[in-house]
Amino acid sequence: MAEEILLKNVRIPGSDKIDTYISLGGYKALEKAIRTLSPDEIVEMVKKSELRGRGGAGFPTGLKWSFVPKDVPGPRYLCCNADEGEPGTFKDRVIIENAPHLLLEGIAISCYALSIQTAYIYVRGEFTLGAQRLMAAISEAESRGFLGDGILRSGFNLRVHVHRGGGSYICGEETALLESIEGKRGEPRIKPPFPAAVGLYDSPTVINNVETLSNLPYIIMHGPERFASIGTRRNTGTKLFAVSGHVNKPGIYELPLGVSLRELVFEHAGGIIHGRKLKAVMPGGSSTPVVTSEHLDVKLDFDSLAAIGTMLGSGAVIVMDDTTCMVQVALRLTRFYRHESCGQCTPCREGLGWMVKILEGIESGKGSPNDMGLLIDISSEISGKTLCPMGDAAVIPVQSTIRRFREEYELHFEAGGCPLVQARASVG
Amino acid sequence: MAEKKQFSDQALREIEAIAASYPVRKSATLPLLHLAQREFGFIDNEVVELVADTLGVKPIYVEEALGFYTMFHRSPGGKYVIQVCTNISCSLLGSDDILSYLEKRLGIPRGSTTPNGLVTLKGVECLGSCGTAPVMMINDTYYENLSVERVEGILQDIGA
Repeated sequence: MAEEILLKNVRIPGSDKIDTYISLGGYKALEKAIRTLSPDEIVEMVKKSELRGRGGAGFPTGLKWSFVPKDVPGPRYLCCNADEGEPGTFKDRVIIENAPHLLLEGIAISCYALSIQTAYIYVRGEFTLGAQRLMAAISEAESRGFLGDGILRSGFNLRVHVHRGGGSYICGEETALLESIEGKRGEPRIKPPFPAAVGLYDSPTVINNVETLSNLPYIIMHGPERFASIGTRRNTGTKLFAVSGHVNKPGIYELPLGVSLRELVFEHAGGIIHGRKLKAVMPGGSSTPVVTSEHLDVKLDFDSLAAIGTMLGSGAVIVMDDTTCMVQVALRLTRFYRHESCGQCTPCREGLGWMVKILEGIESGKGSPNDMGLLIDISSEISGKTLCPMGDAAVIPVQSTIRRFREEYELHFEAGGCPLVQARASVG
Repeated sequence: MAEKKQFSDQALREIEAIAASYPVRKSATLPLLHLAQREFGFIDNEVVELVADTLGVKPIYVEEALGFYTMFHRSPGGKYVIQVCTNISCSLLGSDDILSYLEKRLGIPRGSTTPNGLVTLKGVECLGSCGTAPVMMINDTYYENLSVERVEGILQDIGA
C-alpha cells in the first residue's frame, strides 16, 4: 500500500489526543523546524516539495507564501480554511476531528516560516464536533508549550483561534472568509489586491486549506525530495480523495496524485452499486466539469484533469450510475449555487435564478429545444463576468452536462418531461 | 412587562474571552450570534440590540450578518431542528425519499414546525458528510447512513 502522509494514524483510538499524537512522533517536525531551520529555509523546502493547494485551486503553496511582503511592519495572519463546503467534499473533516494536532503542527510550522503570530481556523458552523476537537487540541498544545508564548522555549509566539462560520458556502472563498472573520457578510472582495498584501484587517494574510497545511510536518521531517517522489512531476504528494455517490465503498482514500480514476472507483471504492454502469463522474466536486466512462484512465492530478477540460478541485469524486438523470443533476446544483450566491454581482444573482427556471421547465416537460442555447448564452454572461470564481463554478454543471449529455436534454423535449422519471412511474 | 433579555455572567465572561482573540471587537459578531442563539434559542430584534450593544456596534451591522448566515434563526424553532441534506451526493442516494418520509410522518411540509413545537423540518445544502449519505443534522449532531427505517428509529427516540 502506498505511504499515507495524512491518514497514517487517524484510525487509532484517541488519535485526537495530544498524548497519542506525541507517542506517534507528533510535534517532532515543529521541534526540528524551530531548532534547526530558518524561516527562509522552510519556505524553500515548501517550494521544492512542489506542494499545491488542496482546497480546490491547486496553487503552488511555496509561491503563495512568497507573495507575503517581508518588509511591511505590523501584524500578519494565517487563516486555515476549514469551511469544507464544496459539495462532494468531506475530507478535511477527518483531519479536523481525528488528527487536529497534525493540523495544528502544520499551522505552527507555517506560521514560524512566515513570521506570523496569530492564526484563525475558520471552521464551517455545522462542524460543531470538529470545532470542539480543535479547541480542545489547542488547549492541550498550549499547555505543553507547542503553541502560545515562547514555543518550545524559543522566541516564537503563536496564538491559534477557532472561528466558527454561520452557514454559507461562499465563505470558503478566501476573501469572503476574511470578511466573515471580520464580522461581516461573506461577500468576496475584488482581487487585486490579494490577501498576501491586503488581507485580514488590511494586513498581509496567507490562507491555506486544512489538507495543505497538514502536509507540512511530513515535508519538514522527511524532506521535500521524498515528498516530491510521491505523485507525479508538478503534482506531488498524496491527495485525500473523497468518493461519494453510486459506489459500493464511499469514503476517503489517501492515494498518490496521479492514480487513475478507474483504479480509485473500481479498486478502492468497490465499483458501482447494484452492478450498474458508470455514467458520469465529477472528479473534484460540484464545480468541476463532468466526465464519462471514456475518461476512466485519466490520472487524478491537477494537470492531467485540466488537460481533458476538467479539474482536480478538492478531489471530491462524485460518481453517478446509469439511473441518474443529468438534467436533474444540473438543476439540483444550479439551485445550490443560486441559494449560495452572495448577491453582489447581477449576472450571478439574476442569471442563476433564470437558469433554474429554465431547467425546471425542461425537467417538467415544459421546455423547448431553444432552452439549451439560452442556457449556454446565460452561462457565458455569468462566467468570467463576476467578482469571484463562484460565478464560473455555478455554470459548470449546466455547461458540462449539455456538452456531454446533449441527447439527454433533447430526450426531455421529445418525451415531454424526464424520461427516467417516466420510466420509473410506468414500472410503478 | 417581560424581563429584558440579558447575557448571563457566565456568558459575558465567555464573550470577553472570545472578543480578546481578535484585534477588532466586531470580529466577535458570528461567535456572539452562535452564543446568543444558544442562550435564547433564537435571535429576535431584542437579541440583535443586545448583541450590538455588547459588541459596541450599531444594530444594523448585526442585522446584516444575521440575514446572511443560514444557521441563525429569527424565530423560535422546535426543540429538535431536523436539517436534511439535499445536495448532490445525498440526493443520488435517496435524500428526497428521506425528506418526503419525514414530511408525511410529521404531518408538516419542509420549512415548518410541528404544532406541538417538538420538531422543525428543513431541507439544507451540503453538510460535508457525503461519504455517509444520506445525512441529516438534528440540532448539533450529525446522523449519517440514513434509511427510512433508521429515520423512523431516530424519530421514536426523540418522541416524535
